[in-house]
Amino acid sequence: MVIDKVKKVNEEEKDVKKNVKAADMMIGKWVKCDSCKEIIYKEELHQNLSACPNCGKHFRLSARRRIKQIADEGTFKEIGKDILTKDPLNFKGYMKKVEGLKEKTKIDEAVKCGICEIERQKAVLGVMDGNFLMGSMGSAVGERITLAIETAIKKKLPLVLFCVSGGARMQEGIISLMQMAKTSSAIARLNDAGLLYISVLTDPTTGGVTASFASLGDIVLAEPNALIGFAGPRVIEQTIRQKLPEGFQRSEFLLEHGFIDKIVERKDMKHTLGELIRLHTKN
Amino acid sequence: MSNISAWDKVQLARQLERPKALDYINNLFDDFIELHGDRNFGDDKSIIGGIATLDGMPVTVIGEQKGKNAKENLERNFGMPNPEGYRKALRLMKQAEKFNRPIITFIDTPGAYPGLGAEERGQGEAIARNIMEMSKLETPIICIVIGEGSSGGALAIGVGDRVVMLENSIYSILSPEGFASILYKDSSKAKEAAEDMKATADDLKKFGIIDDIIKEPKNGAQNDFDKVIKDIKKYLIKNIKELEKLPIDKLVKQRYEKFRNMA
Repeated sequence: MVIDKVKKVNEEEKDVKKNVKAADMMIGKWVKCDSCKEIIYKEELHQNLSACPNCGKHFRLSARRRIKQIADEGTFKEIGKDILTKDPLNFKGYMKKVEGLKEKTKIDEAVKCGICEIERQKAVLGVMDGNFLMGSMGSAVGERITLAIETAIKKKLPLVLFCVSGGARMQEGIISLMQMAKTSSAIARLNDAGLLYISVLTDPTTGGVTASFASLGDIVLAEPNALIGFAGPRVIEQTIRQKLPEGFQRSEFLLEHGFIDKIVERKDMKHTLGELIRLHTKN
Repeated sequence: MSNISAWDKVQLARQLERPKALDYINNLFDDFIELHGDRNFGDDKSIIGGIATLDGMPVTVIGEQKGKNAKENLERNFGMPNPEGYRKALRLMKQAEKFNRPIITFIDTPGAYPGLGAEERGQGEAIARNIMEMSKLETPIICIVIGEGSSGGALAIGVGDRVVMLENSIYSILSPEGFASILYKDSSKAKEAAEDMKATADDLKKFGIIDDIIKEPKNGAQNDFDKVIKDIKKYLIKNIKELEKLPIDKLVKQRYEKFRNMA
């Protein structure tokens, strides 16, 4: 009986806590982890590199936050900022959508590239951003990535690309398909120049990005539990008319099947990159 | 400019009776020895490859093969390759490079196969590697879109010094149905999508994605196949001669710049 009462009080307290949290969530201070369902204080989440402090789930990251996590403070110098979205198909509503997104997200395309230092070693860093049309690759993304690769070749620097993408930018039609050829050919040249390319796959990396530069790293890393594949899971389910097994197309699945070298948690990412770059530096 | 609609062209490109890769291979070349397997997993029947003779000259031939009826389509997986198909193609293209044989590819696919095994065996990686390797192969490459050239599944054998399309073929980022389902949230709007996605030979020529268009008789290549074969043969011989005149480093550089400059 007493125990019951205590339980009840605890539950009431929990309810109050829940309500407080709900109120705070309304003003945007809290988020719910969709993996463990825990309510997390946003500040704490960000301090934990946007990985859930409770279950470790890696939340999706903006390019801005990612660069902050990877590049040594104050070293990132953006390149290719003047390369902007094109509308080759004259696709209805596309530019309007892009302008609206730019306004809302304060980012100008689905990738940000630059030269920076990672653990005091110079590198070219490209980071895709899923907040901009699902990180899809159109001509601006392809062009910026290619410029990053060519910059690495010109300056003889290692290249690190963080991938997150829903695939090709449909609104740019065949032009977006050709970005796969453009970026992959540039990687071929980087290889001929004997330079290191580390590709990091984050949630989600699919479609035309998977089928081009994302898969071509000398070393391919992935964040835990990221969805990585060519075809999307829904398309596959429709094709084979059966449910996909648990964990299908996740980082751990790809590791098991031999398509990535290593799964690296966010807290270890910068140091892992730093180490790998060091191991490829000739004196 | 032809006056039939983009959707009409999609229909023509997909006609069951439209000539498939093997029809071209059997009629363009004096002989053809098919070679099988990727030396790793298996032999994908949706991609055919081998060595043939074009006007006395040995060439390597790769083609995505659709069927002309239900039975053939099952055997050929409707022309949707698995990773081992692309890896077979790459193996044979590298072999062509070794023996200085020009490469001719025939593109005709609704897309790379979106299956469970395909993902397990790295469909994305297979396509990516083909694209990268083709960009630096030291031998002339001519790619011909003969029917449906859809998505990365087409591009995986589509990085060439010359990329050409038959008049009624299409080449696109995705099928019109897929495009409609993503952008209009309604796959039944495929007809509208076909127009909007600008995937006809004329469109691609205007974009500078393809180099040439090979004319077809009214209602499709099958209606005067001899003429189409004659025209393609002429085109191949002329262009391979031109490409073979270039020093190898210049050839590869030109190919790089061709794709580098696409928008």
